[in-house]
Amino acid sequence: MSDNKSIDSSKRTWLIATSCAGAVGTVATAIPFASSIQPSERAKAAGASIEVDISGVKPGEKITVEWRGKPVWIVRRTPEQVAALGQVEGQLADPQSQRKPSELTPDYARNQARSIKPEIFVGVGICSHLGCSPSDKFQPGAQASLPDDWTGGFLCPCHGSTFDMAGRVYKNKPAPDNLEVPPHMYLSDNRLLIGEDKKA
Amino acid sequence: MIEVQTNMAQFKEISPNAPMADKLLNWVDNRFPASKLYKEHLSEYYAPKNFNFFYFFGSLAMLVLVIQIVTGIFLVMHYKPEASMAFASVEYIMRDVPWGWLIRYMHSTGASAFFVVVYLHMFRGLIYGSYRQPRELVWIFGCTIFLCLMAEAFMGYLLPWGQMSYWGAQVIVNLFSAVPFIGPDLALLIRGDFVVGDATLNRFFSFHVIAVPLVLVGLVAAHIIALHEVGSNNPDGVEIKAKKDANGIPLDGIPFHPYYTVHDIFGVGVFLIVFCSIIFFAPELGGYFLEYNNFIPADPLKTPAHIAPVWYFTPYYSMLRAITSEMVNVLIVIALGSAAWVALKTQLSVVVKGAVAAAAVVVSLMMFSIDAKFWGVVVMGGAVVILFFLPWLDHCEVKSIRYKPEWHKIMYGIFVINFVVLAYLGVQPPSHIGERVSQVGTLFYFGFFLLMPWWSKIGQTKVVPERVVFQAH
Repeated sequence: MSDNKSIDSSKRTWLIATSCAGAVGTVATAIPFASSIQPSERAKAAGASIEVDISGVKPGEKITVEWRGKPVWIVRRTPEQVAALGQVEGQLADPQSQRKPSELTPDYARNQARSIKPEIFVGVGICSHLGCSPSDKFQPGAQASLPDDWTGGFLCPCHGSTFDMAGRVYKNKPAPDNLEVPPHMYLSDNRLLIGEDKKA
Repeated sequence: MIEVQTNMAQFKEISPNAPMADKLLNWVDNRFPASKLYKEHLSEYYAPKNFNFFYFFGSLAMLVLVIQIVTGIFLVMHYKPEASMAFASVEYIMRDVPWGWLIRYMHSTGASAFFVVVYLHMFRGLIYGSYRQPRELVWIFGCTIFLCLMAEAFMGYLLPWGQMSYWGAQVIVNLFSAVPFIGPDLALLIRGDFVVGDATLNRFFSFHVIAVPLVLVGLVAAHIIALHEVGSNNPDGVEIKAKKDANGIPLDGIPFHPYYTVHDIFGVGVFLIVFCSIIFFAPELGGYFLEYNNFIPADPLKTPAHIAPVWYFTPYYSMLRAITSEMVNVLIVIALGSAAWVALKTQLSVVVKGAVAAAAVVVSLMMFSIDAKFWGVVVMGGAVVILFFLPWLDHCEVKSIRYKPEWHKIMYGIFVINFVVLAYLGVQPPSHIGERVSQVGTLFYFGFFLLMPWWSKIGQTKVVPERVVFQAH
């Protein structure tokens, strides 16, 4: 070994260049691995729209259908339930559905009942807090985990968020937003298409 | 060349008349540091002679790790990581695989046992100051192991594909979607689908059986290497290396083998009695080790009426639930109040005071504008992350609780009670009173750590002895 402590700068330049090339290669190799955990083409394709016949849903009843792996509720509200929507507005966090309208509430549902037809509510039954599916609490009046002046709606069993019969969240609850209204349209009076809202 | 040779181990010759075993060991030792490792970590690792009950839990954690790995290997031979088959394959293990029920119950009970011994192991470190200089890295590796263990337990819990598996994963993955801007994409990347589904099950399986265990084993090695470098602490918090005999051996140290190997085998015996009693007589432990709802197959359309995480996550879950929009307002007041206190009551420079005030204002504005849900996630994560900083939060003159001011014992006592209360509230359905109690509990938990630099210096410490306190049996 020589005692010459001077640095061979051309060797160093090449060492740096090789290291940089190696780093670029490593990053390039990591990309396919990172990409592989994204939703697959099959998962993306599963997001097609579904058609539902709602003629069998009686007033005060709810049916649940699966759309994109999520529960979609279709509720035929009674006239009393529709009337109650107006009474609770003061206790709601976002009664006019103004928050994140592009994600949560399509134009045609940005009304008090959050629906196209006042009596039919279509909503994704996934709590905006942490994704649990709220339970039906359609019976008005005092009951466990609910206020005494309850007018009917939904209660999330996970963290106690409450929603009215239009999926609007009550104030000061863990859930920040109203339930999502999915894109939907009526093909006829009793045939509902969920997942699409453009005119066919 | 001569210089190079001195850096290498000398090739040791052994008498040709030596026994065969000695010759073999010599052959190996010339090629691999077998005897050297054995001496460094067992026969000549000197541990303080005054270890008490709490010192069983490190070796017990190792035992449980081995149990989990071995039972896991055999479970994977029968388990199907596929959404339509997973639940049935676990029931197949329970009913049709010879002794499958035993292996499965060992694994499920082992998960809870892991947290029992690790919580006690961490509590030991907390009360005897085992995180203090020079053991900061031992503590940090340990906290990282705890984090890995939480990830391991969480992902393992999805695999039986019961209702609790499914909805628990749904809730926790959705926590990530609360992160501003990148949240929804992050949650999508974790799930690999728009909802928890087959893709999620497959990747959690991959993480649970290979990725996290590999990291875990590496961290356990780092934890022990760091520990054996600095030496074990003890209930007196006395550094035994400060007093050595003529041979350089700590006066209060005894070789790990045979003394503590035999001691720990006794602990293993007692532990296995409890462990086996649970496996054979109460494997579900009243719904705490295996939740009843998890015997119902996962149904993406229906959330169980009451979902709660497994007991070991419940203190953190309570803190998550405690953060409502009201609580965020309280936190804003606390942030601004502490900045005001720093500005008015401390002797820091104007620059520092300005920085603190600016930070408090920025944090308050963020709290105003971002959902309470996100802050719940921050608090839950922060409750674990704050443990990493413990070595720099404790400013008490002495390490061990034995010599800390008397009133510190009350603080630690309240801390334990608070942790248990939070854990209890985490398994209960949400209620108004529970929410209030968990909010106070959350404030105490963080206050305990964040104010420790201040309160740990208050009070009269006792005189720490020169040598460890030990009475021979």
